[in-house]
Amino acid sequence: MGVAFQIRNLNVYYGQHQVLYDVNMDIRERAVTAIIGPSGCGKSTLLRCLNRMHDLQPGVRITGEVRFKGKNIYDDDVDPMEIRYRIGMVFQKPNPFPKSIFENVAFGPRINGYRGNLNELVERCLRQAALWDEVKDRLHKSALSLSGGQQQRLCLARALAVEPEVILMDEPASALDPISTAKLEDLILELKSRYTIVLVTHNMQQAGRVADETAFFLNGRLIEMGPTRQMFANPREKKTEEYLTGRFG
Amino acid sequence: MTGEWQRRRRARQRLDRIFAAVFLLAIALSLLTLAVLFWDVVRDGARWLRWEFLTGYPSRIPERAGILVPLVGSLWVIGLTALLALPLGVAAAIYLEFYAGDSWLSRLIEANIANLAGVPSIVYGLLGLAVFVRGLHLGRSVLAAALTMTLLVLPVIIVATREALRAVPLSLIHGAYALGATRWQVIRTVVLPTAAGSIMTGVILAISRALGETAPLITVGAWAFITYLPRHPLDGFSVLPIQIFNWAARPKPAFQQLAAAGIIVLLAVLLSLNAVAIWLRNKYQKKAEW
Repeated sequence: MGVAFQIRNLNVYYGQHQVLYDVNMDIRERAVTAIIGPSGCGKSTLLRCLNRMHDLQPGVRITGEVRFKGKNIYDDDVDPMEIRYRIGMVFQKPNPFPKSIFENVAFGPRINGYRGNLNELVERCLRQAALWDEVKDRLHKSALSLSGGQQQRLCLARALAVEPEVILMDEPASALDPISTAKLEDLILELKSRYTIVLVTHNMQQAGRVADETAFFLNGRLIEMGPTRQMFANPREKKTEEYLTGRFG
Repeated sequence: MTGEWQRRRRARQRLDRIFAAVFLLAIALSLLTLAVLFWDVVRDGARWLRWEFLTGYPSRIPERAGILVPLVGSLWVIGLTALLALPLGVAAAIYLEFYAGDSWLSRLIEANIANLAGVPSIVYGLLGLAVFVRGLHLGRSVLAAALTMTLLVLPVIIVATREALRAVPLSLIHGAYALGATRWQVIRTVVLPTAAGSIMTGVILAISRALGETAPLITVGAWAFITYLPRHPLDGFSVLPIQIFNWAARPKPAFQQLAAAGIIVLLAVLLSLNAVAIWLRNKYQKKAEW
């Protein structure tokens, strides 16, 4: 299997404060990689490095390389708009636009100048996000009328609509109830045959259920990374073991 | 011990009631003053409010005097002001919020705009006289007045628009960026539709403030007595507050009552503008419910 991201010597600073220290890791293509660790360990920061979301925030400084398909996305000749178009993102809190369900999914294709049949595309994405049956009769109702879990699947459909190669998910289930969470996890497992998925979660059970590989972060450093089952059963590092067994976190 | 707490609780509750009464008194006083003023104006002016008054031209005979010329003049001036100030103010606010970044220059501009909002209106009047009336040879015209008013309301519009832009949830903005949108696409498709209601409210409130302005328009040369309607932006004009002032300054009691009638017309225009602002806000808020 191919490698989607090669992260090399990545350091991130918020002003004077360093949040990521010399991170080196590879993220596999068409697999689910979970990033776990206690609050404040830098896992969301790392995720946001992968689609240049930090560009939007003043005062963030990044050194090192994030190679996507071999090309450093922080090179000067790289257009961050194109990066974000190829690398989609689902946020922690569902953030549908205050528009109709249809318009939410159509948003990405529209701004990127999609010329094909929008109705078909919207239906396909809503089906992929396992939302179609629940919303097919009210596509032109406000997206804000949906429940939290439905909104999060709508955000996933919205991200899928620009046909990205990667989907980044930043604790996508943290605002959801257990049933909605289970649905979202099923979806992640279905999508991984076609997409590279990077999932930040503070829920170790969730990582155990869906991730092929898991990376454990502590205080801005990558402590350990490996196949999920192996890491959960046989952590190499003492810190990992302590975290997994709930001794801190 | 329990007894001590009980007594303290009663004292706190008494204090709570006292403050409720103080606040109620404050709002009652302001409403009462307003009601008395309004009643006084209506008592004096109501019987002059006839169709002939609204459609009549100025006259030295009170029975024949009408308010049409300054009414149309006021609508011309604020209409033109809105046309100039809305795009300019909103665009400037967008630039400061999304493009300017955080340099010393942008901070300087920011501080100056906040200060400009507090400059007395007569100063804008003098500026308008020097720059528009004399410098650009626009004369004592509707256009010169509208340009002066634009300068006057611009800082208020910019500040109000920036507040509205900043109130757009960051999660929506990031959501749009994450789909590959450019900065302008994010502004056009997410920021402006979400902020439109508050922007319009701020703009209309600023414009309605301009409607009541007198001093800068006297300075740029609004006419106190003019018998024709402005037909294009370079025509002379008068406005409601100046007409009201003019009538009120005359010794004849009938003119005092005409001034009161003029005040009612001015208030009616103001209140309808504010009603439009509230209607717009409600309309957009429903659409953009979070």
